[in-house]
Amino acid sequence: MARRVAITGIGVIAPGAIGVKNFWSLLSDGRTATRGITFFDPSPFRSQVAAEADFDPEAHGLSSQDIRRMDRAAQFAVVAAHEAITDSGIEWADLDPHRIGVSVGSAVGATMSLDQEYRVVSDEGRLWLVDHEYAPSHLYQHFVPSSFAAELAREFDTEGPAAVVSTGCTSGLDAVGHACDLIREGSTDMMIAGATDAPISPITVACFDAIKATTPRNDDPEHASRPFDATRNGFVLGEGSAIFVLEELESARRRGAHVYAEIAGFATRCNAFHMTGLRPDGREMAEAIRAAMNEARVDAGHIDYINAHGSGTKQNDRHETAAFKRSLGPRAYQVPVSSIKSMVGHSLGAIGSIEIAASVLAMANHTVPPTANLHHPDPQCDLDYVPRTAREWRTDAVLTVGSGFGGFQSAMVLTRPGKGAA
Amino acid sequence: MSESIAITGLGVAAPNGLGKRDFWKSTRDGRSGLGRITHFDAAQYPSKLAGEVPGFDARSYLPGRLMPQTDRMTRLALVAADWALADAGIGPAELGEFDVGVITASSSGGFEFGQRELQSLWSKGGRYVSAYQSFAWFYAVNSGQISIRHGLRGPSGVVVADQAGGLDAVAQARRQIRKGTPVVLSGGMDASICPWGWVAQLASRRLSTSEDPESAYLPFDARAAGHVPGEGGTIMVLEDAEAARLRGATGYAEIIGYAATFDPRRGSGRPPGLERTIRLALADADLDASAVDVVFADAAAMPELDRIEAEAIEAVFGPYGVAVTAPKTMTGRLNSGGGPLDLAAAALAVQDGIIPPTVGVEPIEDYHLDLVLAEPRSARVRVALVLARGHGGFNSALIVRAPR
Repeated sequence: MARRVAITGIGVIAPGAIGVKNFWSLLSDGRTATRGITFFDPSPFRSQVAAEADFDPEAHGLSSQDIRRMDRAAQFAVVAAHEAITDSGIEWADLDPHRIGVSVGSAVGATMSLDQEYRVVSDEGRLWLVDHEYAPSHLYQHFVPSSFAAELAREFDTEGPAAVVSTGCTSGLDAVGHACDLIREGSTDMMIAGATDAPISPITVACFDAIKATTPRNDDPEHASRPFDATRNGFVLGEGSAIFVLEELESARRRGAHVYAEIAGFATRCNAFHMTGLRPDGREMAEAIRAAMNEARVDAGHIDYINAHGSGTKQNDRHETAAFKRSLGPRAYQVPVSSIKSMVGHSLGAIGSIEIAASVLAMANHTVPPTANLHHPDPQCDLDYVPRTAREWRTDAVLTVGSGFGGFQSAMVLTRPGKGAA
Repeated sequence: MSESIAITGLGVAAPNGLGKRDFWKSTRDGRSGLGRITHFDAAQYPSKLAGEVPGFDARSYLPGRLMPQTDRMTRLALVAADWALADAGIGPAELGEFDVGVITASSSGGFEFGQRELQSLWSKGGRYVSAYQSFAWFYAVNSGQISIRHGLRGPSGVVVADQAGGLDAVAQARRQIRKGTPVVLSGGMDASICPWGWVAQLASRRLSTSEDPESAYLPFDARAAGHVPGEGGTIMVLEDAEAARLRGATGYAEIIGYAATFDPRRGSGRPPGLERTIRLALADADLDASAVDVVFADAAAMPELDRIEAEAIEAVFGPYGVAVTAPKTMTGRLNSGGGPLDLAAAALAVQDGIIPPTVGVEPIEDYHLDLVLAEPRSARVRVALVLARGHGGFNSALIVRAPR
């Protein structure tokens, strides 16, 4: 019998919400966590808004050594993983470490730490031959972000396969998809899987400024992220992490675990078109959606809710609207579609996992989170995007998608336990 | 579908040879590519040696428009991918739109590109940062650029697991082929020999400070005191072995086993994961240890890590029980490119019946290793095991055998 994968624990660090409970109330209230950047003086930059997390690592039990050594993104992941494991109700110490793996997504790794350490060793950019005497001993861990997976493996004492998956903005879906592969093939029985990113740093803000990908709506930061709205003009950079406990479904049932959802299907494709551009027809994302539904053994009629990528750039929102129509046909018009990036911004590699968390919570709470700030529909985006207010809605199967630089297009189907295809 | 996956094309960029032919000739002959760093003036740093890919003129292979938007590692990866496809005799146009994927490993992304843009940002201001910075440095760039260059739209991905990641990417490609994607380009390429990348690597405290290229990187030797970093790697074409045979391609070798583990945390009292990784890979290949003809060692050249690897090999194969080699003594450690380069060498060893040497090393007797030293060894190589370990505790093992 084919092995199946269940989500049995969730942990979230999001802008405006630390912890799953706060995260869900933010989403279901339709509150936005975008604001003027406070981490540094943003005045030299075109886009000065971001969705920042009010995260105090000490309050979550990290030691001063942990905080010094780990990039902010690694700190997020460790704290979110603790919440997920507690939530899973599992007796962690009883498990066989050989059978537990780690798969964590991140698009930009330890960017924030690298930006900071670079300033020191280069004397504010004056030196090309940067000075090693000023480099901290943990710089190598920032250089190669597989340190994020290593931190989780050490913290939770796991000895199964560990890796970082880094496919840009689809990393958060792809890392969880990879974890499912490992459980299904029998390499592991359990995975700590999810994603993290903490990109709100001058170098990231500058690089998105350079291609006008982020919004310049600096006079109204709370309403700056406007997916599917005709007035949208770029995404709002975010940060955060969502980590899950994934288990082989039968063993999860045997231990009486609360199963939030089954990860029924996942697929990824490449558009082979442009490193940052998208073809308007949504062809490759549609193909990923079809492949994910095929793996999940559901058809378009089973999908009750689409958790969109919805970044709020002009081209993305049209691209994925086209992809939904192409893959789901008339069903695309019948189901709610929403983008939580309207509330928590776009945390690059992390957001795919944060959106999996939102999808699972939508299913559990019979409520679809809204697309905040949607007042003026774009005629080319003509689906039901759940404007501004959450909707009571029974969902048994969610489609969540991601699209990213490098051309990656990913899709995942999550089903209510007992409601998926047998 | 058959269970095995064929390596049907190789694209190599190594410090001791650009291109498969030059690399293999140098490697068989024991010719090293280690030397004093030329990419920048390393006089002020405690480590001054590296393995740099010689004579790589990207402009002679790639269109000029790609130059401002690519780091050196991406240019090497693009050219290696071109060569791998040509070597496999496969044209993506002959395949279905979603039939070819790209799954690569990365360790540090386009770090030199990143250094330049960081310098622009902090010395001049945000307006001077390149429009290409948003993707030219990030870990996914090689998979994305290869996919665009050849119109490859199949399942694609990027794995980061330091030096172990290259084998993990190949294993990920194997999974996708088993799930039904006919062809995947895979491997790894890194090139972070720039001042900022150098300082980051120095921080690992695993770099040799020797100034003599002949004796700077000596794994399994009493003089082992760190490694020499290198740049480069391998991009390869992987196909379902049966499908490859049907189109008349035999391939160099077939991938038949793989495993990955992570070391227990210090103080746990549990043994390191490498021995278990080897045993899991053998079980995955359904092979007895006695079937293995050669082990391509990770060869960290840190005394404790060397001892762990020697003990793992002895535990599985017995004292002097299998030929062991570390051709990376001629290239340095290439981060994500290291595993795929060793895999290329293993595939060529299988094809030619020659085990390439480990240069400069006088192995510690207590390790009980049958290390292939100084001269290449002629041998019937049916099965080869490739090991790779990443900083922090990553272990990967991959097994190839001669095509049936």
